[in-house]
Amino acid sequence: MLRIKDLHASVEDKKILKGINLEVNAGEVHAIMGPNGSGKSTLAEVIAGHEEYEVKKGSIELDGEDLEDMAPEERAHSGIFLSFQYPVEIPGVSVTNFMKTAINESRKARGLEDMPANEMLKLIREKSELLDIDRKFLSRSLNEGFSGGEKKRNEIFQMAMLEPKLAILDETDSGLDIDALRIVANGVNKLRSEDRAIVVITHYQRLLDYIVPDYVHVLHDGKIVKSGGKELAVELEAKGYDWIKQETVA
Amino acid sequence: MDLKDKLLSSFLAFEDKVNVNDPVHEIRSEAIKNFESKGFPTKKEEAWKYTSLNGLQKVDFSVFPKESGALEYKDIKKYFLHEIDTYKIVFIDGVYSSYLSETTHDGVDVCLMSSALNKPEYKQIIELYFNKVASKDESLTTLNTAFSKEGAYVYIPKSKAPRKPIQILHLATGNEASLMLQPRNLIIAEQNAEVQIIERHQSLTENEVFTNSVTEIFAGKDAHVDYYKIQNDNAEASLIDNTYISQKDNSIVRVHTFSFGGKLIRNNLNYYQNGEHIDSTLKGVTILGEKQHVDHYTLVHHAQPNCESHQDYKGIFGGRSTGVFNGKIIVDKIAQKTNAFQQNNNILISDKAEVNTKPQLEIFADDVRCSHGCTIGQLDEEALFYLQSRGIPKKEASGLLMYAFANNVLESVRIPELKTRINKIIANKLGVRIGFDL
Ligand SMILES: Nc1ncnc2c1ncn2[C@@H]1O[C@H](COP(=O)(O)OP(=O)(O)OP(=O)(O)O)[C@@H](O)[C@H]1O
Ligand SMILES: [Mg+2]
Repeated sequence: MLRIKDLHASVEDKKILKGINLEVNAGEVHAIMGPNGSGKSTLAEVIAGHEEYEVKKGSIELDGEDLEDMAPEERAHSGIFLSFQYPVEIPGVSVTNFMKTAINESRKARGLEDMPANEMLKLIREKSELLDIDRKFLSRSLNEGFSGGEKKRNEIFQMAMLEPKLAILDETDSGLDIDALRIVANGVNKLRSEDRAIVVITHYQRLLDYIVPDYVHVLHDGKIVKSGGKELAVELEAKGYDWIKQETVA
Repeated sequence: MDLKDKLLSSFLAFEDKVNVNDPVHEIRSEAIKNFESKGFPTKKEEAWKYTSLNGLQKVDFSVFPKESGALEYKDIKKYFLHEIDTYKIVFIDGVYSSYLSETTHDGVDVCLMSSALNKPEYKQIIELYFNKVASKDESLTTLNTAFSKEGAYVYIPKSKAPRKPIQILHLATGNEASLMLQPRNLIIAEQNAEVQIIERHQSLTENEVFTNSVTEIFAGKDAHVDYYKIQNDNAEASLIDNTYISQKDNSIVRVHTFSFGGKLIRNNLNYYQNGEHIDSTLKGVTILGEKQHVDHYTLVHHAQPNCESHQDYKGIFGGRSTGVFNGKIIVDKIAQKTNAFQQNNNILISDKAEVNTKPQLEIFADDVRCSHGCTIGQLDEEALFYLQSRGIPKKEASGLLMYAFANNVLESVRIPELKTRINKIIANKLGVRIGFDL
């Protein structure tokens, strides 16, 4: 589904990604771990099409299609979803109105009519219940004044609404309390299926107990320096990153 | 002949048409003298630094309104807030149209300035209020005073409120190649009275129109006045709006100014607080493109203790449009515990657009809370990316962000249908498809 080849990306001539290779197939869950500043969020944002980052070399393909010339909204229309590490506050646009706009714009891109209002309401009700989101919440301005955990839960609510093919979750677990973590993980697992894929960026094993990955990758200094199965995450939790850093130098 | 000379000589002809023995005419004669000595303001004056009236003075405006053909309601319906029932005071090329209007004398007076100036039963009120808060030395105001004859007259006696909002609509039909209009409005809400007014100026052709309007608003103790100005005129229409407000204890006066179109607009909005616990609210949304120009020049004079003022102006500027915000707040020495809030935020969506913003605070009391903030910026790139990443195309995403930016100013609009209408105009202006309820 997702194929990244020798990806190099910079911001203002600062090299951040230095040759990433990654292949994610439909049905799989991949976890990306790695120290602060290693480039995890950058990778996620480059996949989502953030224009601030300049791709210097390499390619990203989704189902065989090169993403290079695609705007972020076009990537979203082809099924990419990024749950932001730091969701942006949008004063004046309510969660509901935002969701309606997003869904209808995606439908428009696919040549569909607007979703009928009653269907939309039903969908919103269903997904907000799934994530245990209070109705009052939905009429508030998007992310404005939301607590850290509320923002993350709201990201997953959006994901559940949009049902993407490829979901990239950037530290969705940070800021969540124990109950919220379970609810959010459950929301993510609901989306797991044969024809979808999930990339989870996290620092902690805890989330991976709920969303069990097929592969774990370690990103360090803009490169994937180690890959393995789910036991790699357990090992990292116990030993930290130093041993890997040393291994790479060696 | 330039416009000033033309106006001065027209004044003689004007005197043939009005009762020169009336006390009001003394006021007019004084006013024309002031205009004669001052003339039109120039950019040399600090208050007019960013707005030039030179172009307008070169146009050969007709200055006397003449009767024009009747308009059909269906052709101008869209300029009314027609979703709700309202009183209407409609002028076509400066002449009152009884056919399109709906006035009343049922407990309140919603009628014409010309009747109020001429009929004996209004004499007392006119003597008490006419030209009492309008400036006697600002040249454009005195120019209007000199020619004051027609406009809207609204008188709400103690503890009354009209059954419905009032719309004042000025239409220009283009029956003259270029037309100058000088409407004069007087709005009085006595103690504990309440009134809601919507004012709009609309030119129906591309012929040039220049309106120099003066509105005086008096709010008695505990009175509440809401005044909405819709400025969405076409590219050859210019407006100088001079509004003067006098407030007594516990009164609330809110003026919302929606500036979406026109060639040159200058809003001189002046509040004078003459009592305690007064609320003065000034809100504005300005969305301009092309070569449009809007200059908001506000003054709030806090002259008594324990009063508040709230100013919130938002502007979005595209094309080669230019905007000015100059907000002056004066707090007199005795006006302790004043709470004056002023905010002016602007977004430039074109490199050729320009905004000048300047707060002017003159505070002579020591126990006051004054906050002010002016910003000029671009759209937030991170917010744009966030919306795009959810499938909202860049154009719609910027529209949505600008819409949200401007929209919160509308919270204080108390006529829901008006709010909806303004929201729609804003959405249209910004090219946002409102796929949701407002
Ligand atoms: N816009 C930017 N301008 C300058 N430097 C940037 C920019 N974006 C990212 N960086 C730098 O790139 C590096 C990688 O950042 P990134 O956010 O991708 O790290 P991360 O792996 O997600 O870290 P964390 O675990 O703390 O979230 C960091 O050194 C960061 O400072
Ligand atoms: Mg990160």
